[in-house]
Amino acid sequence: MSEELELLEGTAAIAKSAIAAGMTFFAGYPMSPFTGLLESLSAMMPEAGGVCINAESEIEGVNMTLGAGAAGARAGTGSCGQGIALMQEAIAEAALNETPFVVFNLARGASDYFQCTKGGGWNDYRTITLAPKSVHEAVEHTQLAFHLADKYRAPAIVYGDPLMARTTVGINIKKLDFGDLPQKDWALDGSMSGTGKSRQVWTWAMGKVTDPGPEMDAHWRYIAEKFNTIDGIEQRHEELWCDDADTIVVAWGTGALFAEKAVSELRKAGHKVGIFRPITLWPFPGPALERVAEGKRVLVFEANAGQCLEDVYQWVPRRRVTFIGRVSVDHTGMNFGDIMDAPVVRQLILEHLDNQAATAGANQ
Amino acid sequence: MSAPSKQLPIVDSTTPPDGTVKVADPNPSLILGAHSLCPGCGEPVALRLLMESLQDLGIVDRSIGVVGHGCYGSFVRIMDIDVLQCLHGRAPSCATGIKRVRPDSVVFTLQGDGDMVNEGLQEVLHSAARAENITCILLNNGVFGDTGGQATATTVVGQRTKTSLDGRDPAKHGYPIPVSDLVASLDGSGYVARGHVGDPGGVTRTKKMIKEALQSQLDGNGLSLVEILTMCPTGWFVPAGEGPNYQQQSMEQTYPMGVLKRPGGAD
Repeated sequence: MSEELELLEGTAAIAKSAIAAGMTFFAGYPMSPFTGLLESLSAMMPEAGGVCINAESEIEGVNMTLGAGAAGARAGTGSCGQGIALMQEAIAEAALNETPFVVFNLARGASDYFQCTKGGGWNDYRTITLAPKSVHEAVEHTQLAFHLADKYRAPAIVYGDPLMARTTVGINIKKLDFGDLPQKDWALDGSMSGTGKSRQVWTWAMGKVTDPGPEMDAHWRYIAEKFNTIDGIEQRHEELWCDDADTIVVAWGTGALFAEKAVSELRKAGHKVGIFRPITLWPFPGPALERVAEGKRVLVFEANAGQCLEDVYQWVPRRRVTFIGRVSVDHTGMNFGDIMDAPVVRQLILEHLDNQAATAGANQ
Repeated sequence: MSAPSKQLPIVDSTTPPDGTVKVADPNPSLILGAHSLCPGCGEPVALRLLMESLQDLGIVDRSIGVVGHGCYGSFVRIMDIDVLQCLHGRAPSCATGIKRVRPDSVVFTLQGDGDMVNEGLQEVLHSAARAENITCILLNNGVFGDTGGQATATTVVGQRTKTSLDGRDPAKHGYPIPVSDLVASLDGSGYVARGHVGDPGGVTRTKKMIKEALQSQLDGNGLSLVEILTMCPTGWFVPAGEGPNYQQQSMEQTYPMGVLKRPGGAD
């Protein structure tokens, strides 16, 4: 019997996947195209036994989510990059006080790469960032993000865009199993109050006077080391047609789908081009890129002024890297501009294939 | 030395006099150690009342605290309560998240006036409007104590601070915000009261308010708030022993004591 598919818009599919992952709390503030996720969860969560709050601000939403996460629930929040800018303090706080939750950045474009991967909060922290290329992958990444957040007791981001949010697909959403997780014996439930061993969720990790914690210096070193560990374990990427390629296109998110289409056509025309797609924007799959791009020309495609480009520079010598993306926004400011089109991407790649010899030494 | 001219009666002090009522334990078990705040500070008294109230109501083993940022932030080290130390001003939002996923727990916030009324005014108002079943405890001393005596949104008119050296002047600094009155005006709040810890009567009445506020949460009446005026002689630049007097002559004139709202009607 064939799998029964359900027609769902991207935001509804992500909402359903989050519920399948066991998310019982969500708080968000409307902002297009994220709004669809908030609306879907408002409709779905009560029936699923969860809570969805139309928060009065992004700051309130993310702090409600932090509270729910600290109490042990699988919790989520979200917005576009503009709203997530307001959440940066709480995301950093959660990274430092080790509260897991998932942030859905259903953004207006691809210009939040720095925000997701470098962050805007204080202190030494990182945010695990998954960048799906399609609704199907977003559904998987939603559940993976909850798993990774719980595994490492840290906030994780799923970074989508208007194309993902508003594309309707036929899909069958099930609970995915990513393996066992430790018990949340650190979560606040009040049961340890009055026992002399009450719990504490605190960025400074100073503990109680009767049971001192590691305190800031040791705790923040531990946090930094934890993110180093994540960097070493959780890098994810996809390689397409890289083995015989002399040119590698680096593209991520839905931009990678357009690059795939363009590159597949160029390959039919005889060009030896491959694609390297970072799936985790942080941790960035640098060692894999370094291996794949060894001795090859690298073209970086993204709809922004060159953000992922900076991470590529760390793993591929600049003389072999050419940026073929650009800022590209439509007249509403809420969607991609003309660059997100396979013929446009094909032409951008082709220009550099044809001029490879001429430009090879021009980008120092 | 000559003998005393008058023999004083010998009183048995090994047991309490007849008719006395035990109002406090000399060593509350929920307080794990000594506080580190200044002499004359009112905040440790308020903490003690809160901890005793949780015990008196028998709800300790389901109590979760959310503590903001101020001098009282150090209480997370001495409160034997499951605690989230949250971001400045955000305690009611964090408490909302906790309470919504653990509706059987008793969730309280501990915030100062800088935390609740400056940084987090919208959090407490929105949480009250949403009728969140949480209890917010405001420690109001009208000054940023932790940073050394600057003006807050509750600094009273005429009060000298490091950022209002000649006293709060409405023409320059505007007026103080009576947050309890604002919260009481919202349909989603169930219990709102204002007390103080400047003298034994104030302490006794304030403890009663805290217990009523927590009971209101247990009864599901929406957000409850107890504003407690707490002496801050250091931040007020007065001798430690002058705190209660200063409080009475300045803050209590702006912030009158009493229950502003309770289920079924105010006092």
